[in-house]
Amino acid sequence: MWPEGVESVKIAATALTIMFGVIFPAFSIGWIGSKAMEAIGRNPEASGGILTSMILAAALAEAIAIYALVVALAIKFA
Amino acid sequence: MNIGAALKTRRGRIILLVVVLATVLLCGVGVFGGEELPVISLAAEDIPLPFSVPVFGNHIPNTLPSTWLTMIILILIALAYNRSLRKDGPPSRIRIAVEALAEVMLDFMENAVGEKARLFFPLVATFFLFIAVSNWCGILPGFGSVGVYAVHHGAPAEHVDDEHAEEVASTEHEEEGGHENLALVPFFRSANAHLSTTLALALISVAAAQYFGFRALGISYLDKYFNFRASSPKPDPATQKGLEGIISKMARGMEILINGIVGLLEIILEALKVLPFSFRLFGNIFAGEVLLFVVSYLFAFVFPLIFLGLELFVGLIQGLIFAMLTLVFFSIATTSHHGEEH
Repeated sequence: MWPEGVESVKIAATALTIMFGVIFPAFSIGWIGSKAMEAIGRNPEASGGILTSMILAAALAEAIAIYALVVALAIKFA
Repeated sequence: MNIGAALKTRRGRIILLVVVLATVLLCGVGVFGGEELPVISLAAEDIPLPFSVPVFGNHIPNTLPSTWLTMIILILIALAYNRSLRKDGPPSRIRIAVEALAEVMLDFMENAVGEKARLFFPLVATFFLFIAVSNWCGILPGFGSVGVYAVHHGAPAEHVDDEHAEEVASTEHEEEGGHENLALVPFFRSANAHLSTTLALALISVAAAQYFGFRALGISYLDKYFNFRASSPKPDPATQKGLEGIISKMARGMEILINGIVGLLEIILEALKVLPFSFRLFGNIFAGEVLLFVVSYLFAFVFPLIFLGLELFVGLIQGLIFAMLTLVFFSIATTSHHGEEH
């Protein structure tokens, strides 16, 4: 039922890559969000600037998860 | 049938829920085991052409028509705005819309970087509009589904039995290539789902940052990279002699060396910025495309809507992020390096 040889290793590698690759970015985006909310709570007037910085930092952190995703897709489809 | 009234009674709510669920399940499940999954390849597929073009030869990558479509849309909007400027009387709708959009973007950039936003506005706004429009074009109907059957490098070759594989591979090399990996090559593919497009955008972004840096700071922009100086002043040879003098000179020497190495590292980091820019955009859009293919293969009717909505949102956000990061790097490049820390 399962393919033999390299194909099965490819499938396993795809799954494991994406599995482990997104753990830390997920945590980091959550931390960024929570710190941003604390900062807005302390200083609601600056919420525009804080929001912009939060989105910027979250995008940079998410890029790491996207690298893992691209590697997984490259293993599977190329 | 008044849905508002139905939602008020318990019986009405249950019946509505059952009807909606039945519709979704019946419509969706009906295509399980239907057509085959479209071939998903990381590289852009090549559309074969009956004629030959200068750079690519007999084929063009199928993200190129999508780029043209995006360009045509943006250029048409610009031309329409231009025409509306020459009319007298109250401003037309296209003029109001374009000016409102430009004002929102300019305000956002001025909040982020202040006065320099006017200098950066053309390039950054173009990045945002191009990426957002090309991502949205990627979910138009016809993208990824209308195409031609041709040699597709990502398609799996026909399955040959394992015992015969070695014989076939050694004797019939050429024939195996042409016959078996025929698959649907779509005419259109989301423009940013090709690493070349995103790499081009990233290279322009980094090169433009260097250009703006030189334009704003002159040749002293290179101070950021070749920073062979220390914060303490050069010790006067008359006042400092002996061990004290030697130690302070050594400390100063170390500081110069470390600053210099950090400066050279900055060059490498600046060049490396191309990678995250391009891979972030490519990864997001390509992954979205794969997601849409798979979900449309599983469910024909209702569930793809959710993922189409997600793609709409992600396309806009990726454009925003690319533009914002570009703006931030422009701003960093044009601020004077000294005057902050020393």
